[in-house]
Formats: sequence, C-alpha cells, structure tokens
Amino acid sequence: MIRVIPGDPALVIAGIDASQSDIDAIRAKLGTDAPVFSQYVNWIWDVMRFDFGDSMISGQPVTRLILDRFPLTLSLALMGMVISIIIAIPLGVISAVKRWSFWDYLGMAFSQIGMAVPSFWLGILLLLLLSVKFKIFPLFGSGTIMHLILPAVSLGIARAAVLLRLTRASMTEELSKEYVITARSKGMTERIVYYKHALKNALLPVITIGGIQLGYMLGGAIIIEQVFSLPGLGRLFLFGVYQRDFPLIQGGVVFVAFAFSLINFLVDMLYSFLNPKIRIN
Amino acid sequence: MTAGAAANKYLLDIQDLDVDFEQQRGLAQALRGVDIRLQTGETHALVGESGSGKTVTSMCIMGLLAMPPGRVNRGKIIFQKRDLLQLNENERRKVRGKDIGMIFQEPGKYLNPAYKIGEQITESLILHLKMKKKAATENALDLLNLVGLGKNRRVLKSYPHELSGGMKQRAMIAMAIACHPALLIADEPTTALDVTLQLQILRLLLKLKEKFAMGILFISHDLGVVKEIADRISVIYAGKIIESATKSQLFENPLHPYTKLLLLSIPDATKRGERLRAIPGTVPDAEDVPPGCSFHPRCPLAEDECRDAIPPDIDYGDGHQAACFLIGRKWIHS
Repeated sequence: MIRVIPGDPALVIAGIDASQSDIDAIRAKLGTDAPVFSQYVNWIWDVMRFDFGDSMISGQPVTRLILDRFPLTLSLALMGMVISIIIAIPLGVISAVKRWSFWDYLGMAFSQIGMAVPSFWLGILLLLLLSVKFKIFPLFGSGTIMHLILPAVSLGIARAAVLLRLTRASMTEELSKEYVITARSKGMTERIVYYKHALKNALLPVITIGGIQLGYMLGGAIIIEQVFSLPGLGRLFLFGVYQRDFPLIQGGVVFVAFAFSLINFLVDMLYSFLNPKIRIN
Repeated sequence: MTAGAAANKYLLDIQDLDVDFEQQRGLAQALRGVDIRLQTGETHALVGESGSGKTVTSMCIMGLLAMPPGRVNRGKIIFQKRDLLQLNENERRKVRGKDIGMIFQEPGKYLNPAYKIGEQITESLILHLKMKKKAATENALDLLNLVGLGKNRRVLKSYPHELSGGMKQRAMIAMAIACHPALLIADEPTTALDVTLQLQILRLLLKLKEKFAMGILFISHDLGVVKEIADRISVIYAGKIIESATKSQLFENPLHPYTKLLLLSIPDATKRGERLRAIPGTVPDAEDVPPGCSFHPRCPLAEDECRDAIPPDIDYGDGHQAACFLIGRKWIHS
C-alpha cells in the first residue's frame, strides 16, 4: 500500500535538481520501476528467507537498523511498563478497597489527569523541571539509565492511568465474590484477603490490557522519542515514512506485528498461571 | 439467674441479638432479639425460610457483617466466656478460622479458583498455628484423609474446578476444621449437593463433631435434612426465634403454628398421592415486619391479640420454648 501513495524515494535521494534520467536510474537501482505487484511478490519471497532488504536511503540492511535501535525501545517500553504497574496496581487496589475515600479520589484524579494529559506535554514539563531547572536528569542523549527515566515516566503515567481504572474495577468485582468471605472466615488478615486472594483473580483483565500496551510500546514511542531525542524504533520508522524508505517501513511493520504477537503469546502464558481454568492439559 | 452464670454452661450463647440494616428503602430489621444457646458437642439447627435472618445470624457470629450498613443495636454473643461483640477487629479475626470454622452452601463459589486446595488449607494452619509450610502440608494431608478424600497429594495439588461438587465440599470442611475449632458454623452445607451426597456430608459432619467435640450450628431451610443431624432445633421467623426445642420435642410435639406448618410441608413417602402442603404467603420483608406476632398474617389461627402484641417466649418444660399466645387454646389438626 505504501508504494502506491504519492512520494518517490528516488526523488528524495536524487534531490530537486536531478535530471529525469538520473531519477530513472535511481528508480531502476531501487527496483521501484517494476510493477507494484511484482515488487510485493519479490519482497514476500525475500522475507520468507528472513531478508528484509536494505534501506533505500542509507543502504544498510533493515534488520541491522531495527536491531540497533531495538535495545533502547525495549528498555524504554519495559521501564515504562514497570513504572505504570508500580503506580497502577497498589493505587487501584487501595481505591477498590476503600472506595470513595481520600485514596480513591486521589487515584481517580490521577487517572483522569493521566488520561487527559498528552505524554509529550508531560515529557516537556518533566524536562523543564527536572533537567533544566534542577539538573537532576540529562536534557538529551541516550546510553545511560538516567536518560531513560524521564521518558519512561512520561510513557508510564499515561499507561498507569488506564491500568489503575482497570485494577479498581476488577478488584471491586472480585471483592464481592464469595471466596472473599471464605478467606475472611478463615481469619485471614485484610492484607492477605486483598493482595493474595482477590488480586490474583483481579489481575486477568489488567494483564490483558497491559500486554497490549507493552506491544504498542515495542513499536517505538514516536512522540516521546522525539521530545527526548532518543534514537528508538519510533523515530526510525517515522523517518522511514518521511523518506519513503519502503523496505524499512515494511520491515518495521513486520517487526512490530511480530513483537505484538510475541507479547500476546507471553500474556497468554501468564493467563494460565493466574487462572488455572485456562491451563491447557 | 444472671446471664454470666448461664453463659458458662454454653459454648455459644446468643442473647437478645438485634441487628438492623440501613438501606435506601428504609430500615431493615434483620434480627429482632435472637436467642440461641448451643452446648459443646451439640448440633444446633437454625431453621427458617429464606430471608428470615439465618445468614445474618451466622455472619454476626463470625464478625463478617458489613457495618455499615449493618448495625448491632443490642445483645451479646458469648463464645467461650467472651462476648464476641466486645472484641476488637484483630481479636475477632483470631477467633475466626481458629476457634470458629465455617462452611458454606456452594463450595464451588466459596473456594478461591486461583489457588490449589493445599494452599487454601495450609494458609490457616500457617497463620493461626504458626506451622511451617512442610508441617502444614503434612497436616493438610491428614485433614483430607479425615474428610474422606484419602491421604491424596493429588487433591492437595488440584484447583477447585478440578474436583467434583462433593469433593469440593469435603475440601471446604477440611479447611474449616483445620485448626480444630470449638464451633463449626455450617450454612446450608448440603443444599447445593445431590441427595446421595447430602447424607454422606451430614454423616461426615457428625463424625467430625464426635472426634473434635465440636459444637455445630447448622443453618438450613430443610427440616428433612435437619432431622438427620440436629440435637436441638431453633426455628427463626422474621428475625426472631419462635420455637426452640430438642429434635424429638419439635418433631413429635411442635408448639408454634409455624413449626407445625413447616412440618406438614415436608414431603413424606407415607403421604404419597396427597397434595404437598405449602405455607401460603412469604416471609415478610425486613423493612416491613408486621406488628404483633410477625407470623399473624400467614397464621390460620390468628386472633386480634396476635395483631396487637408480640407474644413472649415461654418455657413449656424441658427447655422447650415457644412464642405464641394460642398454645393450648387452638391448634392446627392436619
């Protein structure tokens, strides 16, 4: 589909002053002069042999480009997820347990704000406050964990807002189930009732949505990477689209789809741990 | 006779327990002065229709009534010489599961689907008796054996959904008696089981009662089941005990018209071909308990007196108590 939309990588490479013959030569070299259908068949054929081709712009193998950027995106996504879980689950449980209390209102306010505030704006605010004013974190660059904390927080807070609401709703439902009465009738402390008995059952929908979020984040966080000038997958794919770098875009799509499926598979494995009924015998 | 002196005789002595629920529809009078006395080694059945206050009573003993909306207006629950209502939450928690165990109607719903049976049994042993994990597991095996599941490690490693209904209820019982409680509250433990299993579970409860010298408070709506297990029976109606007697007294010589009608409504093989008798009407809503004797709107014998005043509890000898103005004056002849 990408190849039929307007925009020609040959033009990007050749520049505006290039002659028509130069452009045709570049097109022939890139293979974009062939019919779209045959381009597609060639690409599929290569992909089946795990060859995603070379970038039209830099000439480097797409696989290399992606794998170079992936560690940063992966650590950013995982850190974002961890931050999100650390905020969402305890606050969600407290909100469900003490409904309409101070903590519940705090949690709900957090989640409303977290969902409403765009993460790039939050990122800029964090940068201004913690990097520019207090100089705790580096303003840009990458390579150390300090570079990742602020972007991970910006990413994590938006995710946490959603997960918190889910945890609260799911916990509220589980706490009304009969087995909670049993646990209490055995003299279990409220802490055990909440965090052991109810939470394990309540996590199921939270894991589902958390998994989807993680899958999305593995595709790169375009805006956050831009704000913090991080060389992650999001920016790689974004420039790929700008420059009509077809092999890179296509490779990216396949990679993101693969990462997504892998995460979903892992989530399904987690399911069977949390809910033994789902376990396959 | 003072309440204190009387309390010593009993394992559980509930006196004049009065519980309300604050609801949007109005105040619900769930219990209106309930008295139940249960001795060690006794199976005391609390019998009544749905909505009569059986479950509220058991939840009150366990201290698991949500307050608010629930509210205890007056009364005492003296258990092992202590008034449970005077204990703080932590002290009550230590009684639950250790000194008082409880089993429920639908073991499928009352077991946690996410944990293995072994984990659910051993957690009370570890919490209350400070056992180590390994000792608790061995203990759990003995408990499984005791409730008729055999010394079976497979059961310990099973999740609730992998067991049959009868096995689940046995596992539930093993959980409830894990710390050898002095009192077991059984809230309709056989209602969800089929008839052949009912009898097995009842026999198991009786066996365990003998073994541990427990008292059992057996809550049921089914006089047929109660006849199999109870030593003593209290009949509850609209949040008040209307008759309390030994099993033989109650079945042979019921005093309250409601008890008589309940007995007449038990299906009986010797009365084949006859119409089953049901008591007309339903238990009044707790928000709208009739004045006077709460049973008078459904009572075939009711007189003016029954509408005006609440009949007092009177002892008719040998601990057979009933609350009805008409005892000895009018009776239902079947």
